[in-house]
Amino acid sequence: MEVQNLDLTLKVWRQKGPKEQGHFETYSLKGISPNSSFLEMMDVLNEQLINEGKEPVAFDHDCREGICGMCSMYINGEAHGPDDHVTTCQLHMRKFKNGDTITVEPWRSAGFPVIKDLIVDRSAYDKIMQAGGFVSVNTGGVPDGNAIPIPKPDADEAMDAASCIGCGACVATCKNGSAMLFVSAKVSQLALLPQGKVEAARRAKAMVAKMDELGFGNCTNTGACEAQCPKGVSITNIARLNREFLCAKFQD
Amino acid sequence: MATLDSKIPEGHLFEKWSNYKAHQKLVNPANKRKLDVIVVGSGLAGASAAASLGELGFNVKCFCYQDSPRRAHSIAAQGGINAAKNYQNDGDSVYRLFYDTIKGGDYRAREANVYRLAEVSNNIIDQCVAQGVPFARDYGGLLANRSFGGAQVSRTFYAKGQTGQQLLLGAYSALSRQIGKGTVKMYTRTEMMDIVIVDGKCRGIVTRNLITGEIEAHFGHAVILATGGYGNVFFLSTNAMGSNGSAAWKAYKKGAYFANPCYVQIHPTCIPVHGEFQSKLTLMSESLRNDGRIWAPKKEEDAQAIREGKKKASDIPEEDRDFYLERRYPAFGNLVPRDVASRAAKERCDHGFGVENGGAVFLDFKYAIERLGKDVVEARYGNLFQMYEKITNDNPYETPMKIYPAIHYTMGGIWVDYELQTTIPGLFAAGEANFSDHGANRLGASALMQGLADGYFVIPYTVQNYLADELHTPRMDTNSGEFAKVKADVQAHIDELMNIKGTESVDSIHKRLGHIMWEHVGMGRTKEGLQEGIKQIQELRAEFWKNVRIPGNANELNVELEKANRVADFLELGELIARDALHREESCGGHFREEYQTEEGEALRQDDKFAYVGAWEYKGKDVEPELHKEELKFEFVELKQRNYK
Repeated sequence: MEVQNLDLTLKVWRQKGPKEQGHFETYSLKGISPNSSFLEMMDVLNEQLINEGKEPVAFDHDCREGICGMCSMYINGEAHGPDDHVTTCQLHMRKFKNGDTITVEPWRSAGFPVIKDLIVDRSAYDKIMQAGGFVSVNTGGVPDGNAIPIPKPDADEAMDAASCIGCGACVATCKNGSAMLFVSAKVSQLALLPQGKVEAARRAKAMVAKMDELGFGNCTNTGACEAQCPKGVSITNIARLNREFLCAKFQD
Repeated sequence: MATLDSKIPEGHLFEKWSNYKAHQKLVNPANKRKLDVIVVGSGLAGASAAASLGELGFNVKCFCYQDSPRRAHSIAAQGGINAAKNYQNDGDSVYRLFYDTIKGGDYRAREANVYRLAEVSNNIIDQCVAQGVPFARDYGGLLANRSFGGAQVSRTFYAKGQTGQQLLLGAYSALSRQIGKGTVKMYTRTEMMDIVIVDGKCRGIVTRNLITGEIEAHFGHAVILATGGYGNVFFLSTNAMGSNGSAAWKAYKKGAYFANPCYVQIHPTCIPVHGEFQSKLTLMSESLRNDGRIWAPKKEEDAQAIREGKKKASDIPEEDRDFYLERRYPAFGNLVPRDVASRAAKERCDHGFGVENGGAVFLDFKYAIERLGKDVVEARYGNLFQMYEKITNDNPYETPMKIYPAIHYTMGGIWVDYELQTTIPGLFAAGEANFSDHGANRLGASALMQGLADGYFVIPYTVQNYLADELHTPRMDTNSGEFAKVKADVQAHIDELMNIKGTESVDSIHKRLGHIMWEHVGMGRTKEGLQEGIKQIQELRAEFWKNVRIPGNANELNVELEKANRVADFLELGELIARDALHREESCGGHFREEYQTEEGEALRQDDKFAYVGAWEYKGKDVEPELHKEELKFEFVELKQRNYK
């Protein structure tokens, strides 16, 4: 099966450091296989740059199978690019046409400052998790795994919420830079399970407070986050978070 | 020379771990916060160890090269985690899990370690459930199980096809809780560059801040390496791009023995290579073999027609499909262990029955969909099917998946004793980084089990036993003495790399190393091939140090420098793998020497000569390493040729 290789023009955001001015650089690339992933195309670009004695484009990536959440490119105005329910590393070049111009930018949001080129600082997500994204149990001394039956629909729904990979596409997409989808996914997962219910109110309050403190915006229910989420995490989780948060506030 | 004392506790197999815990030394709560523990790596083993030690009250520092501990490659494990719960009432027990693991490892693992692993497996499930890990459940609300290779029971717990993710996020949540409490200090985007030894004991590490390039030293009364495996020495593997063997390798060069490096697992069901720019291989979970059937065309002309695009899989009639695993291994069928399934696929492809570019066989769900319906198949494997379709543009509900073996996991690693302590006192190794539990082949769903067993339930005990004697060791100044010296060495190493200023990129050299490894040190090894491989690796290493090109500066975020540092180590580690494979004149598990096989092509062990752990000691640059042997004593299991027929 012969497939036509692609010749492309890339406009890539280059920024030396957090405090430096950034700008777009234009590169042309020839002979990219449509079966390559987007990041393999970026590898080819970097190989070309290194051979020309230039600095390669710095970008975050690791597992390259859509689960670690590290890759984070804003491609042609969309987080993770034009395909649905994929991360940048799972986006394949067959989604582009020969002769296309592709614009590649970092996540842009107050919560995620740029470190270099396409790499941003997402440590705010870790800080939100540290504020309350857990069940307070120590290692050991826990009951048997089958001691508490959990209705299958609840377990399945918790699993869907838990599938968040923490990539930040929701924040990058949101016009307000809100982290509500991320926070609500964790709050929902744990609120749906009996193990997590015990401290559900405390968790919701602590995580929301930390989110606000770190400069993320408010949610205005545009639904853009859900549409761009590579794992299809649903905004019904945000509704659940709002419920949990209100209940917690009433208890105060 | 350190002696290889595995420190296996006295008593019957069933009592060893209880005896150990009953007699180990403890540290009282007031003293725990005076003791510093360094954990390198934040995957299942690292995160669970750091969290558990933090909960106990030790002062923990945890390091990872990623931007968050949640990114560690444990996250990519798909299929599941084994435990001997026997919830299915299908005859499972701690002993059976132990036995299956020893047998699956082709009788090259230590009995006492494996028994402990099986023993604590049940605690892991309880722990994860308590953390809110959303394991799959049946309609009655109880935990569900599925089957994995090398077992005749259903003992694998799972969370869709994302079990590794959910377990890691569980460990990450426990770790986050401790970071929030201040018992663990987390260092992200920080890479370990070397360990520091003071008066014969490991006392800390030297790191590079990957954003600023700063070289820093950190003190610890004990250091735990939980840095994963070295599969990326093959360039193409299922590992994450950043997964590397450097921490283990630096420890080796400082005196920690490296055990069984030739035991590398080649996973049978990965998406085949598509082209020369391919950067990594994607695994399709072993769980798919529960319901998928593996086959290749029976007729060579059919295989050729498929390769040329003249025929499709669906054009091949039932009687012309060779379900070769079911044919060769009727008792275990598609669920034979990974090494067996991989070799069988290679055998078919080598004989001209492969599809795609000759390097693939089919994994077919037609039969499962007929039997169970599409909905059930989708519920079980939906996300894996979606992943496959995104990568290949083929719909596995309609056409069979194409799969081929790929490098996946390394059973070899840093030699550790029963306490998971290396030959350097105070330096421990956990998870895939150590060699301890899987022998020559790891069974599916056992990596997650081992990582969490080590981190939650072994390290907190054994490290404490070590630390009990360190109460009077004051914290050391990291700006002077040995710390300053190691920092200077690390800086010199980086300067040397930066000053090569050659013409070849790190990736292109890494790719060439991968080709040498796959060709000569891959699935089928021979004496001549291994010797040739060693020669080629040495030549490539020399070329690297003359001609690698690293743009940019060392005092900033520099991805090429990070890669060069790791590849420099792979170029040495690759040679040790080949050397170990050359010396081991037998076939066992993932190590297949073509000279040693049965008439039916099965691995042929030489128990009279090689029933030992081969632990290598570094002797200096360009000096041959020295082999030490830890004899494996099988007191409770009888050595047999593995039979999955």
